[in-house]
Amino acid sequence: MSIELLAFYLFASVAVVAALGVISLRNSVHAVLSLVLTFFSIACVWLLLDAEFLALALVVVYVGAVMVLFLFVVMMLDIKVAATREGFIRFLPVGIVVAVVMLLEMLALIGVRAMRVAAPSDPATAHGMANIQWLGQALYTRFLLPFEVAALILTVGLVAAVALTLRRREGVRHQDAARQSQAQARDRVRLVSMPAERNEESRP
Amino acid sequence: MISLAHYIVFGTVLFCISVAGIFINRKNVIVLLMAIELMLLAVNTNFIAFSRFIGDPAGQVFVFFIMTVAAAESAIGLAILTLLFRNRRTINVAELDDLRG
Repeated sequence: MSIELLAFYLFASVAVVAALGVISLRNSVHAVLSLVLTFFSIACVWLLLDAEFLALALVVVYVGAVMVLFLFVVMMLDIKVAATREGFIRFLPVGIVVAVVMLLEMLALIGVRAMRVAAPSDPATAHGMANIQWLGQALYTRFLLPFEVAALILTVGLVAAVALTLRRREGVRHQDAARQSQAQARDRVRLVSMPAERNEESRP
Repeated sequence: MISLAHYIVFGTVLFCISVAGIFINRKNVIVLLMAIELMLLAVNTNFIAFSRFIGDPAGQVFVFFIMTVAAAESAIGLAILTLLFRNRRTINVAELDDLRG
């Protein structure tokens, strides 16, 4: 057994155990931390696949940003643990049966034996490039338009997340910059025409 | 030597674990979101494995896009979740039936 295979089994088993923890731990914070461990192990597996850029992006984007977001939300919301655990035992047999049947079906479908091929040499190194250069050349030439669309999706996601959680409170005074800049002199000053002097007779 | 089958089986096992998680945790939206993230990760592992064994960068580029979409999806999902919790004071899936579907 080579050292690579040993490392693969180590990372894969850690990932699987941590993934089981994600779906079975009682405390949501523990589940999120377990998911972080899963992501780290999967990033290590991706490193074994010579996908260095994506492994680092996984750690930076998922562990650094998405999981912190999850932790924030879990800690901000006051979740009653007992209520969210209702039906866990009831659905456990169904879940296990579905998962095992699905696993067997998928393994039969893909034909594991036919996939027992050894890895060719690293395609990026074969082209005389590092992984990130290999990926970047494909990304900025063949996939330039999808790349721009991905940037657009991120922008839409950002705007949507802010727009969803923005709250207008009633009874709170705040400035409306658009109405302020639209204001004109006639909205503020009213000119009334009246005689400068009055007759003596009309004076009481 | 690590063969392609190792990575495929690894991805399949992770995917099935997250499917079981969706079945089991019917009450907690946060765990449902995390199970979806785990599913995407399992699929990404397959993409990277095939990209490595075929020698085509398209698989890794696709993983890049999946990660982009997943990040946007989880941000919006958590925004909806906080909105729901603010209005209903619960994240129980069974009680979120306002649409009467």
